[in-house]
Amino acid sequence: MSEKTFRAALNEALHQEMAANPDVVVFGEDVTGGLGGDGEEDAWGGAFGVTKGLLAAYGRDRVLDTPISESAFVGAAGGAALTGLRPVVEIMFVDFIGVCLDQVMNQAAKFRYMFGGKARTPMVLRATFGAGARSASQHSQALYPIFTHIPGLKVVIPATPHDAKGLLIEAIRDDDPVIFLENKMLYDVTGEVPDQSYTVPFGEARVVREGGDATIIAFGRMVGRAEDAAKTLAKEGIDVTIVDPRTTSPLDTETILEFAEETGRVVVVDEANPRCGMAADIAALIAEEAFDALKAPILKVTPPHTPVPYAPELEDAYLPDAARIADAVRRVTQH
Amino acid sequence: MQMSREDLARAYRTMRTIRAFELAVNAEAQAGRVPGSTHLYAGQEAVATGVCMALNREDHIVSTHRGHGHSIAKGCEVGPMMAEILGRGSGTCKGKGGSMHIADLDVGMLGANGIVGGGPPMACGAALTAKTKKTGAVAVAFSGDGAANQGTTAESMNLAMVWNLPVIFVIEDNGWGEATSAEWAVAGDIVKRAEGYGMAAERVDGLSVGDVHEAARRAVTRAREGGGPTLLHIETERFFGHFNGDVDTYRSDATKEAQRRDRDCLNRFRAQVTEAGLMEPAALDAIDAEVEAEIEAVVRAARDAAPPDPATLTTDVYVSYGYEA
Repeated sequence: MSEKTFRAALNEALHQEMAANPDVVVFGEDVTGGLGGDGEEDAWGGAFGVTKGLLAAYGRDRVLDTPISESAFVGAAGGAALTGLRPVVEIMFVDFIGVCLDQVMNQAAKFRYMFGGKARTPMVLRATFGAGARSASQHSQALYPIFTHIPGLKVVIPATPHDAKGLLIEAIRDDDPVIFLENKMLYDVTGEVPDQSYTVPFGEARVVREGGDATIIAFGRMVGRAEDAAKTLAKEGIDVTIVDPRTTSPLDTETILEFAEETGRVVVVDEANPRCGMAADIAALIAEEAFDALKAPILKVTPPHTPVPYAPELEDAYLPDAARIADAVRRVTQH
Repeated sequence: MQMSREDLARAYRTMRTIRAFELAVNAEAQAGRVPGSTHLYAGQEAVATGVCMALNREDHIVSTHRGHGHSIAKGCEVGPMMAEILGRGSGTCKGKGGSMHIADLDVGMLGANGIVGGGPPMACGAALTAKTKKTGAVAVAFSGDGAANQGTTAESMNLAMVWNLPVIFVIEDNGWGEATSAEWAVAGDIVKRAEGYGMAAERVDGLSVGDVHEAARRAVTRAREGGGPTLLHIETERFFGHFNGDVDTYRSDATKEAQRRDRDCLNRFRAQVTEAGLMEPAALDAIDAEVEAEIEAVVRAARDAAPPDPATLTTDVYVSYGYEA
């Protein structure tokens, strides 16, 4: 056990799974970087450095740079997975799914069902997501509701370095297509991460803290912001539970409902846009399944229904922060 | 033709099976027994047959929405295929895929595809598996002239060259992308597009199963020897409209009559092999009769088969999900 960054935890997961299974291959744009140049090899190791060092350990047969052709290489991941490899492909920013969604939505996600249960498609599509890096509308979105909507896909959103490693190993070993979303603002966050290989199962929420006054359900980077809000609220005598579902598909509805019923007051914090997002989905689930236990309306804390803006003042106003989360909790507890 | 007499008989049987199957599917569709739409491969039999005869069971193909011929040529069983098209539980895909998603991974058929241009990236992936695991297998992407204009095809051709993949792009040019002619929709020259990527490419007469087979063998040999991808632009004919409900008014009756009279790959095959003394008309007639009987039986069985169990609606979405979807 030692302190590692979120980035290092992911890198370690890739190293350990590539060492454990020769069928695991990694490809994507600049996953090494520098091909064809006269300078450094593995110059980038991925745009965010997550795949750095894999080349030296596993060679170009298993760590492949691609042209900037997401349709071709994401589709190739599906075809490779169908025929016996376990590809882990990187989409530099999840926003780029726009040019290759067909290969995920119509192809990989549906092979098993369309083909009558005969196909296995063990691929992982890693992508960065999230606002906060001043990257504007095409490099900042949180598109996990789109993937969550599509049957056949599993969708993973780690919030801590520990979960990043365990969930990625689980994703690589999983026999279904997994969308693995890494909030780019978390890469340098550190936490305790075991050195050995381990898995975190899908569909099992993490209960971050427990308190009887209200339940906050939050994903990814929003978990940390909910924790900040909880500290402020504790000083006011409001004690909250925080649930981090960790995967949106499958979704741990059992844990969500358990704490919704226990506190009767729920705030859902979602970095995705509000319409048809996870917050709306979970609010509907609780309204349907735990209506009698509710003591207040379920509140959603989300960005507005706008693209992600560029200027720091605008982007900071776009993202849910601890103050907005705390305010929502005060409203449900005072109801 | 350079095929052995045994291969000639095998080629003819495959082509005749595809033709008989498609005519039967058409009859079932006209009678209202096909729940969805189907895209018939009649007229193109020599392409799937010639290409797939150059492949082994371990080689992979990806197909198109017009995929029955590819499926049969690669070794899918016609009984479950017909049951699938009729939406039966005994179908190739248990009635969940239908005509546009017939797949049988056991024989290397990675699926028909409802998305034009959906397949070429998948073929690159299957070829990557072969290359990484050093299996010696190749992958074939069947695409139409319509898919030739999709970005996925261009991206896949480039990726296949950059990664030096054992993949063959078969552009099956039947002259029509839905109701729009390739003459109008395809700019330039498909062979030259491949050559622009530095890829080996050739144009092939798709009415000659022998020519198709020879070209496919050259491409397969190149791929197996590490020589990288090949594009084959194979010119062929689509005998029916785009789908079974398409009355095909955009081609004149005279054009369609001339097509069936002069450009039928099965008629051409029969004329060539009998004139050359390679096969007797009686041998061809015997194959026709056997195939006819087989397809009749397949249709009867498919009609009689049970629909899928409603409980299967929610199965096989995932390998595992923790609980039912």
